[in-house]
Amino acid sequence: MTMNKYSIINTHVHNVDGIAKVTGRATYTFDVKLPGMLYGKILRSPHPHAKILSFDYSKALQLPGVMEVVTGKDTLGVKQGIWRRFQDLCDEQMLTVEKVRYIGEPVAAVAGLTEEIAEQALDLIDVEYEVLPAVFEPLDAIKKEAPEIHEGFERNINVTRHIEWGDVDAAFEEADYIREDWFRVGGQAHMCMETRAAVSSYSPDGKLTVYSSTQAPYYMQGLLAGVLGLKEGNIRVISHYVGGGFGGKFELDGAIFCSAVLSMKLHRPVKIVFSREEDFTATKRRTPMSYYVRTGVKKDGTFCAREAKVFTNGGAYTGMGATALYLTGFFHSFPYRWKGYRYDGYRVYTNTLPSTSMRGFGAPQAMFCSEQQIEWIAADLGLDPIEIRRKNAHYPGYEVPGQATIVSCGIDQCFDVIQKWIKDKGKLPKNRAIGISAAGFMSGGIFNWFDTPYSFSSAVVTINYDGTVELYVGAQDIGQGSNTTMAIICAETLGVKVEDIKVHSGDTEHCPADLGAWGSRQTLMAGNAVKMAAEDAKKQLLEVAYAQSGFNIVYDLDIKNRWVHAIDRPERGYDYADLVKKAIRGKDGQRIMGRGYYTPHRKGMISPAYSYMLQGVEVEIDKETGKIKLIDSLTAHDCGQPINRLGLIGQLEGAFSMAAGYGYLEYMPFEDGKLMNPNLVDYKVIRATEMPEVSVAEIDTYEPEGPYGAKEAGEGLTNPTAAAIGNAIFHSLGVQMKECPIRPEMIVNALKEKEAKEREKK
Amino acid sequence: MEKRLLKLNVNGQEYELYINPKTLLVEAIRDHIGLTGTKRACETVSCGACTVMIDDMAVKSCSLLAVQAEGRHVRTVEGLETNGKLAPLQKSFLDHGSYQCGFCTPGMLMTSEALLRENPAPTREEIREGIEGNICRCTGYNSIVRAVEAVAKGNYKGESS
Repeated sequence: MTMNKYSIINTHVHNVDGIAKVTGRATYTFDVKLPGMLYGKILRSPHPHAKILSFDYSKALQLPGVMEVVTGKDTLGVKQGIWRRFQDLCDEQMLTVEKVRYIGEPVAAVAGLTEEIAEQALDLIDVEYEVLPAVFEPLDAIKKEAPEIHEGFERNINVTRHIEWGDVDAAFEEADYIREDWFRVGGQAHMCMETRAAVSSYSPDGKLTVYSSTQAPYYMQGLLAGVLGLKEGNIRVISHYVGGGFGGKFELDGAIFCSAVLSMKLHRPVKIVFSREEDFTATKRRTPMSYYVRTGVKKDGTFCAREAKVFTNGGAYTGMGATALYLTGFFHSFPYRWKGYRYDGYRVYTNTLPSTSMRGFGAPQAMFCSEQQIEWIAADLGLDPIEIRRKNAHYPGYEVPGQATIVSCGIDQCFDVIQKWIKDKGKLPKNRAIGISAAGFMSGGIFNWFDTPYSFSSAVVTINYDGTVELYVGAQDIGQGSNTTMAIICAETLGVKVEDIKVHSGDTEHCPADLGAWGSRQTLMAGNAVKMAAEDAKKQLLEVAYAQSGFNIVYDLDIKNRWVHAIDRPERGYDYADLVKKAIRGKDGQRIMGRGYYTPHRKGMISPAYSYMLQGVEVEIDKETGKIKLIDSLTAHDCGQPINRLGLIGQLEGAFSMAAGYGYLEYMPFEDGKLMNPNLVDYKVIRATEMPEVSVAEIDTYEPEGPYGAKEAGEGLTNPTAAAIGNAIFHSLGVQMKECPIRPEMIVNALKEKEAKEREKK
Repeated sequence: MEKRLLKLNVNGQEYELYINPKTLLVEAIRDHIGLTGTKRACETVSCGACTVMIDDMAVKSCSLLAVQAEGRHVRTVEGLETNGKLAPLQKSFLDHGSYQCGFCTPGMLMTSEALLRENPAPTREEIREGIEGNICRCTGYNSIVRAVEAVAKGNYKGESS
């Protein structure tokens, strides 16, 4: 570890919202109560696929305390989505007008004096449906005879994506060994602790205020403007504290839309909070995929070519699934060099819960397949699984042909750390084995499907007379700690302390536009904007300092720890607050204001930078029951320069737990389009007793495009873990897990099959 | 059902509520008294976000009626601090970064507080078992375990709770 050359960066800092969160003062949308507020509830489709013939809600309106009932006919009927550049992919009416396409789709919304009244009213609404044939699996939905889910999408194919480089067929020719496998990877619920919630308040002056639990207030503002026919500027989205997002809260949801529609009718605030069951059955989920992978390697382990075909279960609407379809194909190649690579992805509509982005954005699915197949290839060829990976891995300066140029890359050091960890463990007890898996991820998606006319990230810094600092960012803190990261970058750059910075975020009325918290973009993109804004403000201060310093002009001045000084004569200086006072006087009383922004240019099509990681897991498996227990783990992660130490470790441990849950616990079984376990009794997430110790090895690299050299941390690590668990099972029992989550019965059945085969051989 | 008068002692304060006897304790605390630090995140007594203490015991406040807490001492996250001074567990959670989105934190703090009262020197395994009923989707629990352990080890001694 090198000496920390910074005052604040990578030191132990309390989160700026910590006190609010440990004292119960943090107020989430779930807690918002406005004067005169009404409560809304949503009626949902019981059918996976049906035409709506008629509504009758006269009885509901007669129930005392019911204020309003709305259906799709009371809305503009706009088909919306974040992919605004591509109108055909904006396919979801938040209150459907003619047809329902999944069980749980909103068909009507009620506002009442209390939540109980609104709920009772739902039973009094009669909807007449004409039930249509439905289809639930992508490989069934692409058949010629399958029912049509959206008009004009042949064979229900929603989006296709193709990625290719090199002469793939020739590269396969060079291979000594070719292996092909089919995998099925499941969905996963975001399961944010705060369910989707919104409070909308429309006033007669035509202005709408929406408190919402969202990852992207600016997206909500833009999307609401589109569906409600309002000007963006007349919509204020407030989102101060968000109880988790994980990729599931940057699209418009039923709570936000229906509360807004009801409030516009009633001119009163309306609050809608999803029950846990609604949050499971009527939001979106990680995209389930069927993966075909064919890989060709040389005898010495050199990777030649890879080909993948993927069919994803898109569910009823596009959501962010089109992006997941691209990214799964791209990151399936990571972190390796392939002479020839070909990916064909098909996103297929089905009559199930729509699938979308979730932490990892398609990459966890890809890595489950890729990293297990590589392990099996190494075993087939008798090669060391770490060395075969190392030999083919990306390196600094490597160009993914036609796709991306890798600048910083610390994966080689990750291999060293993992190798030592395994060696130090020595011989493991019976029934235990170690599995490893590698991955890489983006540091900020360069996607502008939303067609924003603004910079990707912006920040404004103003300095008060007493030296305190107001930092305005559009970056959204959803628990990942972006407010703290931004405060650290701002304080470090200005040369003040973290407690001098007040971060303003989560309010479109006061904060500059920013695309929000997704695609691991905040540290790099919003961080660069904050750094630029702070530098701008600091320059204005230093101009005044130079003007009155009397130093020879060859000296450079700086501010550090609130001390204005010559860099070469740090003892000669004075208090930063005095400089601020002088500077404000010198500017005729104007507050010091700095502006910053970031938009990627000439950084490829995907991301300005890439993080790299290796995950090791020690797993114990009960052969009789198939039960998996995680014993220990090591995470080696190259995230560039760490900014917030405590936050980084928390993000890595948290990503591990979510990824491990995906690997062996979080199963979403559907029967005829109905989710069978929409509650926290039957849907299992990792609990404290299931979580192993996580050792974190930070691999220090410097990413020139990141603020102070920082890259992604916290999303990428969702990618490798499921495969690492699968690889541990492979080493322990010699069985190959081609479906995720890996459930006990799969292990037991695989062992039975293996034994039967062995008996046959004898 | 007819409403009735209920006297509820929350954080040392006596509240008089006129409520439906079917009202859950969590509803009385959040909706009637207005202490919103206590959260709710499921309908199945599975997540622990609504955990409060009743006479030193951790209880999921969605699992009992408000009337069942009559005559008892209910303590919520708001009752952990004293005159703006944080309790040891709150400080330790801050120092160890034991929260991210913060939604489970109030419940997690109350469960941990009750755990340490019952077992002042728990092992890591006992801490894990103690907080098993509380779901945290963000942290992966380990930072919470470290924070509870630090308090148990006396690192925050001399700081009243």
